[in-house]
Amino acid sequence: MTDTLSLRERRIGFFLAILLALLGLTMAAAARHGAMAVHGVIAMAIGVALIFLIAGSLYDPDADPARKDRYYDAPTQAGIFFTLIWAMIGMGAGVWVAALLYWPEATPLWPATSFGRLRPVHTTGVIFGFGGNALIATSFYVLQRTARTRLADAISPWFVVIGFNLFCVWGVTGYLMGSTQSKEYAEPEWYSDIWLVIVWVTYFVLYMRTLARRNEPHIYVANWYYLAFILVVAMLHIVNNLALPVSLTGARSFPVWGGVQDAMIQWWYGHNAVAFFLTAGFLGMLYYFLPVRSGRPIWSYRLSILSFWGITFFYIWVGSHHLHYTALPYWVQTLGMTFSVMLLVPSWASAGNALATLNGAWHKVRDDATLRFMFVAAVFYGLSTFEGSFLAIRPVNSLSHYTDWTVGHVHSGTLGWVAMIVFGAIYTIVPHLSGREAMASPRAVEWHFWLAVSGTLIYVISMWNAGITQGLMWRTYSENGALAYSFLDSVRAMAPYYLLRTIGGALFLAGAVVCTWNCRKTMRAVPMGGSASDRPLSAQTPPRRPFDAEPAE
Amino acid sequence: MLILHYNLEKVSMALVVAIIGVASIGGIVEIAPLFTIDETVKVPEDLRPLTPLELAGREIYIREGCYACHSQMIRSLADEIDRYGPYSLAGESAYDHPMLWGSKRTGPDLARVGGKYSDYWHVAHLINPRNVVSASIMPSYPWLLRPLDTGKLPAELATLARLGVPYSEVMLTAAASDAMAQSRPDSDGATEVQDRYGAGVAVRDFDGNVEKVSEMDAVVAYLQSLGTQTRAALQTLEEE
Ligand code: HEC
Ligand code: HEM
Ligand code: HEM
Repeated sequence: MTDTLSLRERRIGFFLAILLALLGLTMAAAARHGAMAVHGVIAMAIGVALIFLIAGSLYDPDADPARKDRYYDAPTQAGIFFTLIWAMIGMGAGVWVAALLYWPEATPLWPATSFGRLRPVHTTGVIFGFGGNALIATSFYVLQRTARTRLADAISPWFVVIGFNLFCVWGVTGYLMGSTQSKEYAEPEWYSDIWLVIVWVTYFVLYMRTLARRNEPHIYVANWYYLAFILVVAMLHIVNNLALPVSLTGARSFPVWGGVQDAMIQWWYGHNAVAFFLTAGFLGMLYYFLPVRSGRPIWSYRLSILSFWGITFFYIWVGSHHLHYTALPYWVQTLGMTFSVMLLVPSWASAGNALATLNGAWHKVRDDATLRFMFVAAVFYGLSTFEGSFLAIRPVNSLSHYTDWTVGHVHSGTLGWVAMIVFGAIYTIVPHLSGREAMASPRAVEWHFWLAVSGTLIYVISMWNAGITQGLMWRTYSENGALAYSFLDSVRAMAPYYLLRTIGGALFLAGAVVCTWNCRKTMRAVPMGGSASDRPLSAQTPPRRPFDAEPAE
Repeated sequence: MLILHYNLEKVSMALVVAIIGVASIGGIVEIAPLFTIDETVKVPEDLRPLTPLELAGREIYIREGCYACHSQMIRSLADEIDRYGPYSLAGESAYDHPMLWGSKRTGPDLARVGGKYSDYWHVAHLINPRNVVSASIMPSYPWLLRPLDTGKLPAELATLARLGVPYSEVMLTAAASDAMAQSRPDSDGATEVQDRYGAGVAVRDFDGNVEKVSEMDAVVAYLQSLGTQTRAALQTLEEE
């Protein structure tokens, strides 16, 4: 890591590491006990570790001056490493909480391992840890290739990767200690939220500075999506997390929003976390890796413009479909429903564009498991957005809301779409950055593919059954006009589905383990900092290799 | 149009401004009115804020993630009203920072669970749900029997007061002692709690152990308060 930095950059890094350690020390000293103190100690430990790491290289030889003629891929490699670590943590916690719903005693009688605390470990671990690291890692990679220039500097990408992971670690360890804001997907407390804002601003500035140096007049579609992801997530994060800390030396805070306003703002945030975290960023990934891997340009440029602006505009309106029949005013629910249905148009335009791009390359889809991951991702993207628009229709939602149908929809989106496109991207990047033609074990990729597909199908189908059964049992009346089933009857009816879901999830997790092992095998023996063969435009004299081809518009 | 976009793609700052503009409209149209229209800003006249002990219970409810399995929002659907009681009104959660409406019912809705069971039932259920409901998949919470930390309550009430929850000066200063007194019906402060928060407030030894005030006292006091802070929902349903 440090050998990719110049001496001056190492000194800046050294200084930042000292700042981080001091920040941690201050937090720990001010809070003295509780979650904030532990978080201070964690920050301090990371700071000290970085101090030692960098100090050891302060007097080593300077970085190779020719590095300016290469893309800067070391942060991408680190990001992929963290993606895989978080996949293990987040999906491991997912299988655990799934098991707890079948077998509630499958956990020590220990507050930290109770269902209510592990569940946000799962959601934060997979969405932010796994998804977020994948987005950051691929965004650096894609940005440089499509702008044909090196990242604007070498310090801020590390700040983003390390800072973002510190945020995730603070979040997850906080829940285990019982520190949470309780807002779904925005659970970390106020100081973590402020920290994320700092990281995010750095990320945005780095992105814009690199774009400013681009050697292509046009900004490629993938970057529009990554930009929308960065910008809108910042907006949502700041508004939803406004809170008043009980004291500056403790973790606890109360959100400034209350009651129905809080509900609307929470789901405005919540659904757009889906839109701009779990969708826009990953569409950016799709728009780059699918054409590259299939060797075909994106089918329609016009359609990509239509879907981009459609998604950016429509999504923001749909949050209120989480609040049908609640105390939220009726007209807001109606707006949410209407826009959710219209959202199907740009969503299917994206999915269709992706599938049409594969037209003519079906033999590659058949033979190449990596491309098949991307193909399945596009199909599930289409399926889950169709399902989403359907669930947003008020009478349908009266059945599905509060049930496992929602959970089924969530995982058809996250397993089928988000995770599949991430794996597709990883299997494209990792060999490339390791200077190889293919992954160390192509057979393991094949295994992973089938584990992931079967795991997803088992998970989603069992949750559909569970949710519809539950919803129907809750609303069925007997002949004498009384409710036919007690709540407990519906709990009992869920058992087989919960067991099946746990098995499906375990298969999916097993696939991710295979992937981690395969990536480790592929990356080993290659020094960090990349032996990618492609070069920025400034460094290109020899003819470019086929892999360097930019996806045409 | 295409030409316009063709040029937009060349200027990164223009793209940024366009994205922010396009992505702001929906939120503004849907959220801003909620701070002004009657339907959402009207607070029922008889709505009382949570007592310090109940608030402590709510904090534990959040800490343990009970909201991941329990909603507190009864929708205006016939079967929900039959199962759980009058549908929830916006005003009922006016003092809730944050709201705990929830999104998943692994367990039943709790918006009106107050008074449905005895304190004794709740204590036994929370220690191990399978002691009272053999098919339950709810986790056990035996550690709730530990003593309650009341030290932060005054600061917590003060923070909520700054956000607009009607806690008076006296309520803030007496927060810690009120929390103790609410679970000790024989103590001096017990009547003061009812004076301050209303006669409807339950003053009882919730966990069956007078010796100490435990987290269990707080959680059960909170559960017993749910749905009893105002009669507005019942009245609305009767009028219809
Ligand atoms: C894994 C999900 C889960 C979690 C977490 C959970 N519960 Fe439950 N809860 C259930 C289920 C399922 C039932 C129905 C079966 C039963 O009565 O035990 C239930 C029932 C209840 C009931 C009875 C409601 C009624 O009307 O019959 C109360 C009260 C309750 N839970 C309170 C809590 C509290 C307080 C917490 C947090 C400390 C909590 N629950 C956490 C799943 C959960
Ligand atoms: C190994 C595979 C996985 C398993 C076994 C699993 C299991 C679970 C379980 C049991 C829940 C709780 C459901 C409930 O409370 O009833 C859950 C919720 C959730 N999971 Fe997963 N999960 C997996 C992978 C993922 C991935 C990869 C993502 C995202 C990228 C994800 C995102 C979510 C989200 C957002 C929720 C919250 C849903 C809601 O509140 O409605 N999961 N998961
Ligand atoms: C056109 C696109 C989509 C629409 C209209 C849509 C609509 C919906 C609806 C109506 C709900 C249920 C709300 C409720 O009853 O509580 C929901 C929940 C959810 N959806 Fe989607 N969806 C779409 C796409 C997606 C995609 C692609 C993903 C994931 C990558 C996703 C992730 C989620 C999550 C995580 C939730 C659960 C939120 C919660 O309750 O915690 N959605 N969506």
